Amino acid sequence: MAEPLIRLSGITKTFGEGPAAFRALRGVDLDVAEGDFVAIMGASGSGKSTTMNILGCLDTPTSGRFVFKGVEVQALDRDQRALLRRRYLGFVFQGFNLLARTSALENVELPLLYRGESGARRRALAMAALDKVGLVAWAHHAPNELSGGQQQRVAIARAIVTSPAVLLADEPTGNLDSERSLEIMALLTELNREAGITVLMVTHEPDMAAHARTVVRFRDGLVERIEVQG
Amino acid sequence: MLGTTILLAFREIRRHLMRSFLTVLGVVIGVFSVITMVTLGNGATASVRQSISALGSDMLQVRPGQSTGPGGGSGTAVAPFKLEDIAAIRSQIAGVVAVAGQAQVAATAVRNAQNWSTSVTGSSNDFFVAQKLAFSAGRPFTPAEEQSGRSVCVIGSTIARNLFQGVDPVGQAMRVRTISCEVVGVLAERGQSGFAGDQDDTVVMPIKAVQRRMTGNHDVRAIIVGVDPAFDSSAIKASLVALMRERRRLTSTEADDFSVLDSRQISDTIASTVGLLTVLVGAVAGISLLVGGIGIMNIMLVSVTERTREIGVRLAIGALGHEVLLQFLVEAVVLSCLGGLIGIVLALVTCLIVAPLMGLPFLFDPSINVLSFAFSALIGVVFGYFPARRAAALNPIEALRYD
Ligand SMILES: Nc1ncnc2c1ncn2[C@@H]1O[C@H](COP(=O)(O)OP(=O)(O)OP(=O)(O)O)[C@@H](O)[C@H]1O
Ligand SMILES: [Mg+2]
Repeated sequence: MAEPLIRLSGITKTFGEGPAAFRALRGVDLDVAEGDFVAIMGASGSGKSTTMNILGCLDTPTSGRFVFKGVEVQALDRDQRALLRRRYLGFVFQGFNLLARTSALENVELPLLYRGESGARRRALAMAALDKVGLVAWAHHAPNELSGGQQQRVAIARAIVTSPAVLLADEPTGNLDSERSLEIMALLTELNREAGITVLMVTHEPDMAAHARTVVRFRDGLVERIEVQG
Repeated sequence: MLGTTILLAFREIRRHLMRSFLTVLGVVIGVFSVITMVTLGNGATASVRQSISALGSDMLQVRPGQSTGPGGGSGTAVAPFKLEDIAAIRSQIAGVVAVAGQAQVAATAVRNAQNWSTSVTGSSNDFFVAQKLAFSAGRPFTPAEEQSGRSVCVIGSTIARNLFQGVDPVGQAMRVRTISCEVVGVLAERGQSGFAGDQDDTVVMPIKAVQRRMTGNHDVRAIIVGVDPAFDSSAIKASLVALMRERRRLTSTEADDFSVLDSRQISDTIASTVGLLTVLVGAVAGISLLVGGIGIMNIMLVSVTERTREIGVRLAIGALGHEVLLQFLVEAVVLSCLGGLIGIVLALVTCLIVAPLMGLPFLFDPSINVLSFAFSALIGVVFGYFPARRAAALNPIEALRYD
């Protein structure tokens, strides 16, 4: 079998020190193949977000190996990890994390700015991404003028505007009604099928997990079960 | 990359107009107050120095009585000087270039229908020499005029302007009190002085003329002594005191019943007082600079929470730590420099308007401009930059969670 795109082995994460220390991850092993669509499920506090943050190079594990595209990520320094994020990863946060007082368009353009794209190309790519999430008409509105669902879609547009190899989405439908949730799921499915983006998504809802090819279940900081759906 | 960073910095400034405005305001207030106060203070010092130098340097004034306390000497009857004292000083003290006695009366000068209240000084040509007064027309007194006490006069430019109105006063007659006198000379304009008032509002006549026809006695109210700059004025002052004590027959236990003022000493004392005042004003201004700085500091620190999350977002979507920092640095530098420039311009405009109103010269002091600008800019940059540096050193996820 070919080397997987992502390999986590023996990943642990401890928050705090001494008697107050809390082991959020206790040795996570997980392989994700290129082009897969993975749903991560599990009880609240089971370590899903912590794992996603490590996968997104936003946080570092306490111990264990994280191999991404054959690169040992734990050996990289801050800037090398930032470059990894910039080139390959798109992240959708549980709480959107859009820049306030900044139009949807500018929010979506931001990752391109850091990639050094020209103004015209930034605008074209950002509009294309907003088009994909159906928000072209809202391009010039600031986040506080958008609904929760719209903000979530801006966050997705920002994550996919760089055509990342991997899209990491932490509860992308957590704040949405079922109709909006289905729209987001359709979008993620399309990105996975058509653009070949590897998608990892945290969700509490079995309905949403049903869209994924692989379902990973977490329990108490460990991967409990991995199911591949037909 | 730098272009992108500058673009981002300007976007942030525009997006947080209130915060940007307050930061700029803090710098503006600090820079403005320091420059204004110090510039006006320097103007005041210069103006005082100027009026002191108008009194004449290298000059000693001898007055009867002790003028150490307020009104000192004027209450008790102290013997005035005599014309013989003048001759004695001239012949017995080395290093003296001019000795002029003064008798002074207030008088109304009249020519045709014009009246002008002024003061008349009875003196000699040494009066002009000691005070380094120049003539714009005519001549000083002749020895014969001085000797006989003829009614001739030398007038200041204010008198020339107000009584003669365009006519050349030299050779013309005017009336001082009841005496008719001929104008022989006009003094060059000296201008306003801080305490002496209009120095050109003066009439000088031979002292004998004033004594005989106006004061009616032989008193000399003051003696001014012009000192050769090559001589030590304090040594001359000492021999002057010794001579006057002898002439006034004071025993060694009696205190001086006259005083000798050294114009150089007076000017140094006053100048150092004014200098001290400038330092005080500068200190007050420095405090306002500090307050402005604390204002900037506050705004920068208050926005740290919000900005830390923003830094987290930027890092999470692919910014490198130093790129974010550079953006914050550019932002802080732009705001601080903008505030500094506005402060400088405002201060200079204010000084240009206010200085003439206060009768002060406008003296541009580059060092205080540079200093206050640099200080405010430094505060802006330091407090814009260091919180950002701390935030940029966090893991992106820590920065995002910061509160
Ligand atoms: N920064 C932190 N400091 C201390 N403890 C933390 C921190 N982040 C997470 N934890 C703890 O780690 C555990 C796992 O958190 P995590 O956010 O991964 O859970 P989750 O599975 O995403 O839960 P949810 O479904 O509620 O989002 C939780 O018990 C949480 O309290
Ligand atoms: Mg979570």
